Amino acid sequence: MAGLGGGLAAFGRCTHAVVRALPESLCRQALRSVAGPEVDFARAEREYQLYVGVLRGKLGLQVLELPADESLPDCVFVEDVAVVCEETALLTRPGAPSRRKEVEAMKRALESLNLNIVEMVDENATLDGGDVLFTGREFFVGLSRRTNQRGAEILADTFKDYAVSTVPVHDSLHLKSFCSMAGPNLIAIGSSEAAQKALKTMQQMSDHRYDKLTVPDDAAANCIYLNVPSKGHVLLHRAPEEFPDSAKVFEKLKDHMLIPIAATELAKVDGSLTCCSVLINKASE
Amino acid sequence: MTTEVGSETEVKKDSEQLGPDKAKDKPEETSGTPGDQKSRETSSGEAQDSSVPAPTSQSSPSSQKKEKSSPESKGISRFLPPWLKKQKSYTLAEPRDEPKKKATGEEQVVEESESQALEGVAQPRRSLEEATENRQNDKEKHSVSSAEIQPSKEDGKETEVEEVAEKKEETQEEKEKRETKEVQTAEIKIDSIPKKSPKKIKTVQCKVMLLDGTEYSCDLEKRAKGQVLFDKVCEHLNLLEKDYFGLLFYENSEQKNWLDSSKEIKRQIRSLPWIFTFNVKFYPPDPSQLTEDITRYFLCLQLRQDIVSGRLPCSFVTHALLGSYTLQAELGDHDPGEHSSDYISEFQFAPNQTQEMEEKVAELHKTHRGLTPAQADSQFLENAKRLSMYGVDLHHAKDSEGVDIMLGVCANGLLIYKDRLRINRFAWPKILKISYKRSNFYIKVRPAELEQFESTIGFKLPNHRAAKRLWKVCVEHHTFFRLLSPEQPPKAKFLTLGSKFRYSGRTQAQTRQASNLIDRPAPYFERTSSKRVSRSLDGAPMGISDQSLLRDFSATGGQAAGDKIIDLEAAGQAKLKDGGREEDESPLKTPQLELTQDGKDLDKTQDDLLKHQASISELKRNFMESTPEPRPNEWEKRRITPLSLQTQGKKGDHIFQVKTLPGKEKQWITMPWTAGAKPEETDKRHASRAEGPCTGVSDADKSSHETLDIVEEKKQAEFGIEETLVVDETNKGKMQVATDAGETCKVEHVSQKDSSSLPSDSSSSSSSSESEDEEVGEYHPHHRAIEEVIREEQEEEEDMKRKEHEEKTQHVEAIPEGSKLNVPVEHTQVTAEDLVQDNTVTVATEEKNLSEQIKQDVGEEKKEEQLKLNGDVSHVDIDVAPQLICCSEPPVVKTEMVTISDATQRTEISTKEIPIVQTETKTITYESSQLDGNAAGDAGVLVSAQTITSESISTTTTTHITKMVKGGVSETRIEKRIVITGDADIDHDEALAQAIKEAKEQHPDMSVTRVVVHKETELAEEDED
Repeated sequence: MAGLGGGLAAFGRCTHAVVRALPESLCRQALRSVAGPEVDFARAEREYQLYVGVLRGKLGLQVLELPADESLPDCVFVEDVAVVCEETALLTRPGAPSRRKEVEAMKRALESLNLNIVEMVDENATLDGGDVLFTGREFFVGLSRRTNQRGAEILADTFKDYAVSTVPVHDSLHLKSFCSMAGPNLIAIGSSEAAQKALKTMQQMSDHRYDKLTVPDDAAANCIYLNVPSKGHVLLHRAPEEFPDSAKVFEKLKDHMLIPIAATELAKVDGSLTCCSVLINKASE
Repeated sequence: MTTEVGSETEVKKDSEQLGPDKAKDKPEETSGTPGDQKSRETSSGEAQDSSVPAPTSQSSPSSQKKEKSSPESKGISRFLPPWLKKQKSYTLAEPRDEPKKKATGEEQVVEESESQALEGVAQPRRSLEEATENRQNDKEKHSVSSAEIQPSKEDGKETEVEEVAEKKEETQEEKEKRETKEVQTAEIKIDSIPKKSPKKIKTVQCKVMLLDGTEYSCDLEKRAKGQVLFDKVCEHLNLLEKDYFGLLFYENSEQKNWLDSSKEIKRQIRSLPWIFTFNVKFYPPDPSQLTEDITRYFLCLQLRQDIVSGRLPCSFVTHALLGSYTLQAELGDHDPGEHSSDYISEFQFAPNQTQEMEEKVAELHKTHRGLTPAQADSQFLENAKRLSMYGVDLHHAKDSEGVDIMLGVCANGLLIYKDRLRINRFAWPKILKISYKRSNFYIKVRPAELEQFESTIGFKLPNHRAAKRLWKVCVEHHTFFRLLSPEQPPKAKFLTLGSKFRYSGRTQAQTRQASNLIDRPAPYFERTSSKRVSRSLDGAPMGISDQSLLRDFSATGGQAAGDKIIDLEAAGQAKLKDGGREEDESPLKTPQLELTQDGKDLDKTQDDLLKHQASISELKRNFMESTPEPRPNEWEKRRITPLSLQTQGKKGDHIFQVKTLPGKEKQWITMPWTAGAKPEETDKRHASRAEGPCTGVSDADKSSHETLDIVEEKKQAEFGIEETLVVDETNKGKMQVATDAGETCKVEHVSQKDSSSLPSDSSSSSSSSESEDEEVGEYHPHHRAIEEVIREEQEEEEDMKRKEHEEKTQHVEAIPEGSKLNVPVEHTQVTAEDLVQDNTVTVATEEKNLSEQIKQDVGEEKKEEQLKLNGDVSHVDIDVAPQLICCSEPPVVKTEMVTISDATQRTEISTKEIPIVQTETKTITYESSQLDGNAAGDAGVLVSAQTITSESISTTTTTHITKMVKGGVSETRIEKRIVITGDADIDHDEALAQAIKEAKEQHPDMSVTRVVVHKETELAEEDED
């Protein structure tokens, strides 16, 4: 038995991924923190397809793709509606009311995977999965406009094995808007003041000392680390066309198999790499 | 007598064992008044006599002793009953039924009884006193010192009831005692088999709940230190890597305390039953580094308890996984034939175990085929150690905004939780200092990268005891996990006030080294699956007893939390007041306050002397540390308002204590000092008396108390600054001096100042209590091992410092006082200080160093002496230096000091003739050295009493909480002074009994260790009230 996630050795292991096609309504109706150019749906869909293709084809994950729902313009960002750790999945209560119904489809998908489902029913709780950073040792939960204390408490109750520390997030949509795990013990972090401050908070809160990978661009700090049996360390990161400076930093990771993926269009509506999938490790079966 | 005595001490055990039976017999009796207790005692003593030959002889003497003691102070006997009742009652009730128990009890009692009987039976009080003095010096020192010295010693919680009351017949008391004894036994429901044969060695039966749910019992010498018991348990367990473990005892079923192996057990547990729980104290972060499988096994057992109790939260999956390893370890490979479908339900793996979980456990169990028990345990630990709450010791607290939080102490540092979320974390390297003051707990944090200044973060604990407990846990964890070797008491570098507590055991690094040297074949041990299963069938999961304890704790914890909130409010108010005082009160202010207080005291003393001619009874009781959270609040409240009289009395005590302290030091150093001390004592007594009677002065007294508190806090704060400590001290000294100078106060004032000045001095009863609360424990974990200096504060160290301060202050004070006696004392003190300073490396650490050095040098004896000194002035004087008594001549008042210790029943009579006022003062002190043990049996037995109603009697109650830390053991003593003023018509005995009951009710956790009755009778009766 691996137990407790099997420790660091198992961090990044992943067998399944849940994704959701993007609706056309995303272009105009998706929530966005900053007004800007409209999303090019065709291009966005190409990027999405590339993303899914990497997970499914290149990395060999079983990808469960949920159909788009035009009434849910943000439904592509599945990460926010579920937090899965080991055999347990917490269905969140997204901070944006317009997104609450996204959970339903995710619930069905996760049930199909025989995960232990925990639903966040407390009406005072809000939690976006984008605010949840799981390091393999513990959780950090960003307290943002989308996530509140109560939501974090429920997450702590759900994943009792792990310490759950809260990190104030002010200038960004989510905690993971400027950070993510780039390796078993490696936190990728943006260079902004807010990002560095959050990192300090996390470092202080943790019993463990993480390595950090500082990238010039906050958005580029959102990457996806996977531990694929046949390929070792795999890192999906934003493309050099988007963030050339940050890409150079990633390229210094000699042990990682680097897969640049552009998310230019979804980034216009606050999307990033981690947002578009829920990764699940059903390795025990 | 011996039997009685033994019964008293043993009573706890007996009562525990027999308790159920007798309880059934006489439930009412438990509630019975002290008189009932006495009666029981006598009865029990009789029974013991019959049952046990040796004890019998002693028993009679004990009764005689009592009688004898009583004749002089008739009222005394009545007063005595409560303790006796408590102690004796425990043992006595059972003895009849079980001679064995008697015997055991006898042993303990015997010591005291013997001393008493031999010495005191036929002899008058004085003879008793003398005889007892010797023993007191030896044995009683503990009790006396603890009780009297309240501040310094672990026993700290001692209540002294001093009453000036009319003499009453002992017979009533005895009857009462008997009743109480029965009741107590009933209350004590522990069934233990007394295995002891009649011995004259004082022994107490200890019960230790082991991790496998079994119970280990052994007989310990009454005065045995914690290490003795711990070693016995480890030997019983065949455990070599024992540094990770410890013995717990619970007070209030809420608060768990680690038994300090370097200190006497009875002083730590006080009135609590000698029941301990063997637990993991330091959870090794990496259990795989443990050398022996047996060590890992016990760690597993602990973790299983933690999990089942809910203290160690787990996810469903983890519960199942850990449960499956448990099955593998205890049952071996899954055997479909042998293991029926429901075999798992006999185990408990989680607080809320579901069918689904059991199925999962069974499923996983099958996957572990081939794992040996040791391997399964290792796998269990590898998973358990990753749990976020593994090894985290949680404490309820509030942040600066009053929000409920939890403070978690772990191997890496201090964790702050709000609800289940970690909101902050302070690793040991980031913490510069850990301290506590009253119920506040502070950490000084290293400045962040871009910050220049250190920041201090404060938390409010439910009460002072909780704050101290947290502080100690922090100190221990820091030392164990972070240092290479236990930190030596800081000598030269810093001035420290407060407790000297330090972790004295081996650090993890040391124990690992030692473990590497373990060279023995892997010991065979039996994993107690079957036992567990059977028990689990009963409904209790792992170890029933343990679990129940855990549950109780958890439940209590919840309750405690609720209580805490309330307490916090009260405490918070008090704190706020205090804080305001502190802040508002500049040094100048404090002196003024002190002066006013002093002036009042002086006035009071005079007035008192005049007025107190009528019968005045002062009841003092010391309670053990066990005071629940709410209590501190009560204490604080009391202190704030009505305690003025108490404080005065305390002041007097303080003076004595101060003197005594120096005396102790001086004894080693200089002899002349002692003589000086005695006079002071007399003065103190007078002052106390005067104070006691003067209820009107209470306001002033109150103010004085406040000021005192403030002063202490200031001092503490000053000490808190490590680097600036020296300066602070000087300032403090100046402050004190200034105050002293300003104060034309009397010796009493001085004492108060001393106490106040001495942050940790638990010694002074009044100030001590405050000081204890206020006591600041500072611990400076300098970066890593070498430099980390723990400033603990305060309990002992502070006491020492305070003593030093006191000395200084006394000097100053003495001058104002103009009393010759005082002056010499001052000189002696000064010398002592000088010596100390010289001895100590640096000025900054002078106080601490002195205290430490003294303590070290003098060793336990000094400590004892100090404690005594701190505790009760009279006792101290008597105990420490009987000679002193002779030397001291009180100016005005004739005073008879009668000290009766339950164990020894010492009677000390010091008569001094004072020209001015014709007042007869009798002081009767009831000490229950056994109380600790007895108390252990029944903390609440005596509590049954009701509030004292004083129609014609005016009662003033002063409570002081003093905490003393010796080598890591903290004691809290509460002194209550109850002044009963009235005509001869007043039934002082009843009043005393009621007062004692009240005290017990108010502080159910604590035990009455000492009752001192001061009886002042004026030739011309003048009743203030």
